[in-house]
Amino acid sequence: MYPAKHVVIIGATSAIAEHCARLWAAGQPVSMTLVGRNASRLQAIAADLKVRTPTSQIDILTVDFASPAAIHDLAENLFAQTAVDLVLIAHGTLPIQQQCQDDLQEAENALYINGISPALFAEAFAGRMQAQGFGQIGLIGSVAGDRGRKSNYTYGAAKGLVTRFAQGLQHRLAGSGVQVSLIKPGPTDTPMTSEFKAKGTKMASVEEVAAGIVNGMRAGRDVIYVPGKWKIIMMVIRHLPAFIFNRMDI
Amino acid sequence: MKLSSWGQLSHAEHRVMLLDGLAPGQDFLASAKPGIAYGMGRSYGDVCLNPGGTVWQTGRMDRFMHFDPASGRVRCQAGVLLREIQQTMLPHGWMLAVSPGTQIVTVGGAIANDVHGKNHHRYGSFGHHVREFTLLRSSGEQLACQPGDPLFAATIGGLGLTGLILDATLQLKPVYGPWLETETLAYDSLDAFFQLSADSETDWEHTVSWIDCLAGEGRGIFMRGNPAPAGVVGTMPARRSRRMPLTPPVSLVNGLSLRPFNWLYYHLKRARAGHQVEHYLPFNYPLDNLLEWNRMYGPRGFYQYQSVVPPQHGLAATRAMLEAIAASGQGSFLAVLKTFGGMQSVGMLSFARPGVTLALDFPAGGERLQKLFARLDAIVREAGGAIYCGKDARMPQDLFVSGYPRLAEFLKFRDPGISSALSRRLMGS
Ligand SMILES: Cc1cc2nc3c(=O)[nH]c(=O)nc-3n(C[C@H](O)[C@H](O)[C@H](O)COP(=O)(O)OP(=O)(O)OC[C@H]3O[C@@H](n4cnc5c(N)ncnc54)[C@H](O)[C@@H]3O)c2cc1C
Ligand SMILES: NC(=O)c1ccc[n+]([C@@H]2O[C@H](COP(=O)([O-])OP(=O)(O)OC[C@H]3O[C@@H](n4cnc5c(N)ncnc54)[C@H](OP(=O)(O)O)[C@@H]3O)[C@@H](O)[C@H]2O)c1
Repeated sequence: MYPAKHVVIIGATSAIAEHCARLWAAGQPVSMTLVGRNASRLQAIAADLKVRTPTSQIDILTVDFASPAAIHDLAENLFAQTAVDLVLIAHGTLPIQQQCQDDLQEAENALYINGISPALFAEAFAGRMQAQGFGQIGLIGSVAGDRGRKSNYTYGAAKGLVTRFAQGLQHRLAGSGVQVSLIKPGPTDTPMTSEFKAKGTKMASVEEVAAGIVNGMRAGRDVIYVPGKWKIIMMVIRHLPAFIFNRMDI
Repeated sequence: MKLSSWGQLSHAEHRVMLLDGLAPGQDFLASAKPGIAYGMGRSYGDVCLNPGGTVWQTGRMDRFMHFDPASGRVRCQAGVLLREIQQTMLPHGWMLAVSPGTQIVTVGGAIANDVHGKNHHRYGSFGHHVREFTLLRSSGEQLACQPGDPLFAATIGGLGLTGLILDATLQLKPVYGPWLETETLAYDSLDAFFQLSADSETDWEHTVSWIDCLAGEGRGIFMRGNPAPAGVVGTMPARRSRRMPLTPPVSLVNGLSLRPFNWLYYHLKRARAGHQVEHYLPFNYPLDNLLEWNRMYGPRGFYQYQSVVPPQHGLAATRAMLEAIAASGQGSFLAVLKTFGGMQSVGMLSFARPGVTLALDFPAGGERLQKLFARLDAIVREAGGAIYCGKDARMPQDLFVSGYPRLAEFLKFRDPGISSALSRRLMGS
């Protein structure tokens, strides 16, 4: 499957996704379709990738992430033109938990964009990859999806949805030639976490996380914790008994 | 958050704003002012700091915008690192014409300090290779500035005070590859250094020297290099980098360690004197593989004192400075001595100018160090020289005024929404 020939990135303006794109484009020429909601932001990334890898073909597409019909049409049109070897589904947003509690519209938006929307994209690509008999899907979840916490359970619940969805797809697509990777980053220095960064919180660099994702997908791993230490940390957190966990301020 | 620069002399609270590279400038316009742009904080002093106020970090403005492999012109956002340009363009046969002694700096920072490299006598400073940049003023005005525009000359070397540089177009220099033919020579007097410099100017693109300022008489190592012609290849340097693991409680650079270190460095280098084919990374950026080496100076940090004096006073002033340092017994790991060529800098406040530049590091210290600085200042002042703002955290205001004769002209182009610790210290606002 490698080097991937046609890569599609959903939420391509995400910092994590952009650094994955740089790695996929490094070395060999690829064809890449960058999908997002804002053309001028996508354009800046496409121009950058074009300089880094002049022989690659970089296209941009905008789509309404809130519309199942639009997601369907996007996938339909992409596969009608050419096969898709790899899709990374990366969009997401970190809401303020208190606002999700106070305003149900906030909560719905957060649940939709972090949970339902990525699941719909995955569904739209899975069936078509199954039909072509090959492909790879990378779905970005989060360590926050491993256990609900008071500080971000709306976001965490949406990421938990992504986790279950990826598991189900893995079960369904076993032996089909289509591989699904569930990616769970720990706190990473990106625009999403600028607030924490400005307060001086230490986080993994986006370069390190992107390299972990690209290597993990290249190895065909089903679950990719990045950086790797989060696998152990989250195993502990998941197994803490409720009477201890519920007294922790995390 | 607490923010510092390379010298680690202060760790004051700042309101840090990470500028968005995908919608350049909008957040800058909306933010609280005054503030100052912050690239990689590789300046040694307070030129990029604004204690208690806003800094605009440009690290996310890191996209290339256009590259023409035929002409070697690259346009990129101001937060792109010089390292990224070198790595990306080298395979196409192009590299930066001018680069400072570290490549972990941003294009915006390189412009704002109009940085120089080892090839000043051939290529001038960074500003000579800037073809255009986009400047965003806090008024919202966005300008495309080109050589010849007064705002161009104010912004090159303008210490970040004329507006936020959004992007720049640079003219690169054609190369065959990453290799340099270098020669290392030992010298044992200042006269010999000046002779070597003069002899090397016509035939060598890069010249720099390291001088042992504790030895008094001017013992040192002279390094020169030329881009290697096609087909000449050396051995690839190890790619491993190390990190200074912790900040020691006191500076590791002190009177006890310096003498043996300087002696050792001199004799090691002298033993390896001669011709070599070297990769540009170790030749240009010898310290970039030792990440955070600035921590070895301990929690109090360190000063770099970099001066330039006009050619006619080069020998006498350098000798006087070295004697003052040797007499004080406070020395420097890295005393770098180099001659600048005759090219006039582009910027109104550019540091590089014809003459001799000496750069020394000193662990932060008390009164004795201040006395030594005062002595060095006096020598620079008398010779009609200047101190490099990009390295400074302490120069007296009168020396700034005398060292930068185009200051009054520059002040007209300042952006009222921008102010730094350095601008308040030296320009009053
Ligand atoms: C090991 C080492 C070796 C060095 N060697 C040399 C050398 O050989 N020659 C030399 O000249 N210098 C040298 N320097 C100094 C360094 O090159 C300069 O201080 C450089 O300007 C640092 O760039 P930066 O991106 O870290 O910018 P910062 O230090 O963060 O900022 C420097 C200035 O640039 C301004 N600035 C940054 N981005 C923008 C922007 N987008 N718009 C407007 N203003 C902006 C800041 O406000 C500030 O005034 C060296 C430094 C180190 C640590
Ligand atoms: N950073 C972390 O610490 C961390 C940790 C765990 C998991 N993750 C996950 O990693 C993925 C990438 O995040 P990142 O850190 O790279 O963040 P980022 O740089 O802030 O990117 C967020 C992306 O989501 C898009 N997006 C946000 N809201 C949207 C909406 N309503 N409709 C369409 N697109 C929307 C953004 O598009 P625009 O550019 O148009 O705004 C952008 O492409 C996300 O799924 C995130 O949840 C991140």
